[in-house]
Amino acid sequence: MKQIEATNEFVIRFANINGTGSASANGMLAKSFFKLGLPIGPKNIFPSNIQGLPTWYEVRVSEAGYTGRRGGSDVTVAMNPQTFKQDVEHLHPGGYLVYDSTKRLNEDHKRNDINYIGVPISEMARDHFLNAKSREMLKNVIYVGALAALFDIELEVFYGLVREQFPTKPKLHDGNFKALDLGYNYTKEHYPCPCGIKVSKRELVTSKIILNGNEALGLGAVYAGATVVGWYPLTPSTSVIESFSKYCNKFRKSKDGAQHYAIIQAEDEIAAAGMVVGASWNGARAFTATSGPGISLMSEFIGYAYYAEIPMVLFNIQRCGPSTGMPTRTQQSDLLLCAYASHGDTKHIMLFPSSVKECFEFSVRAFDLADRYQTPVFVMSDLELGMNDYVSAPLQWDESYQHDRGKVLNHETLDSMKDKFYRYLDIDDDGVPYRTYPGIHPSGAYFTRGSGHDKFGRYTEDGGLYQENMERISKKFHTAINHLPKPRKIIRDDSFGVGIVSIGTTSEPLHEAAEILKTRGVQVNEMLIVSFPFGDEVREFCENHQQVIVIDQNRDAQLKTLLVNELGLNPESLDSICSYDGNPVMASFLVESLSKKIKENAL
Amino acid sequence: MSYIPKPKVSHPGLAKNKLGLTIRDYEGGLSTLCAGCGHDSITAAIIKSCFELSIEPHRVGKMSGIGCSSKTPGYFLSSAHGFNSVHGRMPSVTTGANAANRNLTYLAVSGDGDTASIGIGQFAHVIRRKLNMLYIVENNGCYGLTKGQFSATADVGSKSKRGVANEMDPIDPAAFALQMGAGFVARSFSGDKDQLVPLIKAGLNYNGFALIDVISPCVTFNNHEGSTKSYAHVRSHEAEVNVVDFIPARNEIAVDYAKGDATQVTLHDGSTMMLRKLDQNYDPENRLEALKQIQTHQMKNEVITGLLFLDPKESEMHDMISTPKKSLREFELAELCPGKEALEALNKSWG
Repeated sequence: MKQIEATNEFVIRFANINGTGSASANGMLAKSFFKLGLPIGPKNIFPSNIQGLPTWYEVRVSEAGYTGRRGGSDVTVAMNPQTFKQDVEHLHPGGYLVYDSTKRLNEDHKRNDINYIGVPISEMARDHFLNAKSREMLKNVIYVGALAALFDIELEVFYGLVREQFPTKPKLHDGNFKALDLGYNYTKEHYPCPCGIKVSKRELVTSKIILNGNEALGLGAVYAGATVVGWYPLTPSTSVIESFSKYCNKFRKSKDGAQHYAIIQAEDEIAAAGMVVGASWNGARAFTATSGPGISLMSEFIGYAYYAEIPMVLFNIQRCGPSTGMPTRTQQSDLLLCAYASHGDTKHIMLFPSSVKECFEFSVRAFDLADRYQTPVFVMSDLELGMNDYVSAPLQWDESYQHDRGKVLNHETLDSMKDKFYRYLDIDDDGVPYRTYPGIHPSGAYFTRGSGHDKFGRYTEDGGLYQENMERISKKFHTAINHLPKPRKIIRDDSFGVGIVSIGTTSEPLHEAAEILKTRGVQVNEMLIVSFPFGDEVREFCENHQQVIVIDQNRDAQLKTLLVNELGLNPESLDSICSYDGNPVMASFLVESLSKKIKENAL
Repeated sequence: MSYIPKPKVSHPGLAKNKLGLTIRDYEGGLSTLCAGCGHDSITAAIIKSCFELSIEPHRVGKMSGIGCSSKTPGYFLSSAHGFNSVHGRMPSVTTGANAANRNLTYLAVSGDGDTASIGIGQFAHVIRRKLNMLYIVENNGCYGLTKGQFSATADVGSKSKRGVANEMDPIDPAAFALQMGAGFVARSFSGDKDQLVPLIKAGLNYNGFALIDVISPCVTFNNHEGSTKSYAHVRSHEAEVNVVDFIPARNEIAVDYAKGDATQVTLHDGSTMMLRKLDQNYDPENRLEALKQIQTHQMKNEVITGLLFLDPKESEMHDMISTPKKSLREFELAELCPGKEALEALNKSWG
């Protein structure tokens, strides 16, 4: 029998039933690898359901530091009878299948090229745990014990994690310790331990942190000084608000119990957007977090904010569309929607974080940009980045950082101004007008409207005056390009043969794929776009390469369309690879599809 | 919204309020609504109320949606900040504005289409949130700007200009607001300024959600025989339950009220409402009774006006979300940012 032999380079996959408490047990195993100093890439693949449907959790352990989704599995814990057959088939030859051997294996679940590790999980749980509810939960802990034996991880590591997880509930410790012991001892007794896959202690993640993107976005909003949130619950964006709420609760409560923030759960996304617009108009930093279906509803106010020039920060945690689509699966398919959201001529600033650290940084930056340019700013994350844990360098805060509220006239300035204040004048020739907050000064008052207006803020149906104002807004949008974060490039080939363009979560598997191609003698250059509108660097990269391949996580090559449309590139000059099945892009997929594209072009 | 600047003519003899302002300082641009529109009378009542209350115009947020009624903030308080939002969405904008800055006065004007048709959802939820604002519905039972279609407040049997009768049951903004928990609910008629002005003053001073549903005839599309929102119909079918006198804080109650004839209510800011009963059986502090009276009169084809309901326990959104008295927007960003040390501690907890 072939056995996969690997140290610190493997993928373990858990197949569970949603609602059985598997997430915390699986997370505990992932955390143990991290505690042993290893880079990990956990991915939660879950259904739109609370209880009963299949759910998977994968952890990639990679000493080399590749934590994007690799594809395939080396060890699978198969706890879900509904998907058992599929989970058996999915395992790599020579892999290890951990299963509950309380019942005998079906004939059609047998493969002769994998290693079966049967542990009588249900039987042990039944014999040792009386409480029915905790029995279900502890089944998951039993297989963690079994894996500890297989990977040769000291049980003490897990005991520590249990104590960390339930710091205030020591009563829960004993049951968990017991379950760990049961799995561990049974496996040690009945199977050769360690198995071919070994976990060996390293110091590769010293001072690193584990965090998910949504938590970083929410914390960023706290650091940005946001005080008002209008939101409507929507997977996968809800945890952004939960994070904001958690950290506000920690940092923004005064001794007398006053909360220096307002989180308002709206009746729908239209109202959520209206609250953000109202609060920003009134001088607070305000934001919402949502996903594609929410953006569709918010489009009315996004257009208003664009035209009336009101700052607005929107975190779009993209999921699989169209319509309700697959709500718990990932995609980057709102690029065109957000770039041009709402009717009439509208264009919006977008930031594309690709890591937890960037989620934090771009969250803060989005508020500065929205204030500076008095316009909606989208932070375009996705479910993969938002809801999965990543190993990251620690978040940093520069104490000398100055928040940028943009061009706001205060009471003193209004008091001493010789000229009368008008809202939409282009005084500095950069397209950005001056604004006032309501109630500051009698001469700062103006009428905010979404109907046609001239540079004085007055209602108009005069074509020329309307157009003059629209031209200025367009100029403002171009001014913004200079203040947006610049794309990141990795140049391996200075003859500029093949250049690959990506955004967000595509970058990690792409980088791995490019390194794999390098070992095969194919050198490609990478460009990670981090903002929209695109600057000259993006154009130059596209124009300078003989072949440009754009990777999209949507069916219709939206990133490519945006590049063609905004930079006036020849569509024929851009090749396209689209991965849009709702799962994170895999490096193996990119290696294969890139090899094909590069070869196609060479022919 | 049309904008015609009104020429500033000074009248040295004009009375001044406590701020030294005249009523001219509370006016806006010239109305571009049809001559005789009920909405213009409401505008005049708003101007008079704000002038007499000596409100600083620039400390008012004039909020509106879309429609004839929502144009009117252009016609009053030209030195207040106006926000003409989108159709049916004024409540959410006002919610955000109030969350950011609780220390402005929010005076909102909406119509029956803006409130009861496209905006019914936001109308319901802003009441549930007890947003501290005065919400005036300029209710004419039809869409003016799009030429006379029925709105959701049109009564059953009321006829359009073309003679077609409405068959759908109406939404009564006052009854609806009562059910959603509004603390201050009044109804008035644009043709009755004496009734309307004290109600607006009291609504502006109420600490919580205040609604005034003002029947305001559309002279162009809904003022004919057979319409239940015409001047003639409302005049002959109005049943006034009480008359409100509003006395601002620190003013003395100058009128003698006969015992048992009037009820005195003191608001949180020390201002007083004297409620003179016209219907001796009407109790404006009884929500259930108010609902019953509205329905009972409606069945008789009558519309009751006056202060329909008042919850003297004023409460508002900020009480529920425990925000400080100081407006959130007044906090410096540096005060709100937890800083470097806090982040370093968090990094440790994520390791």
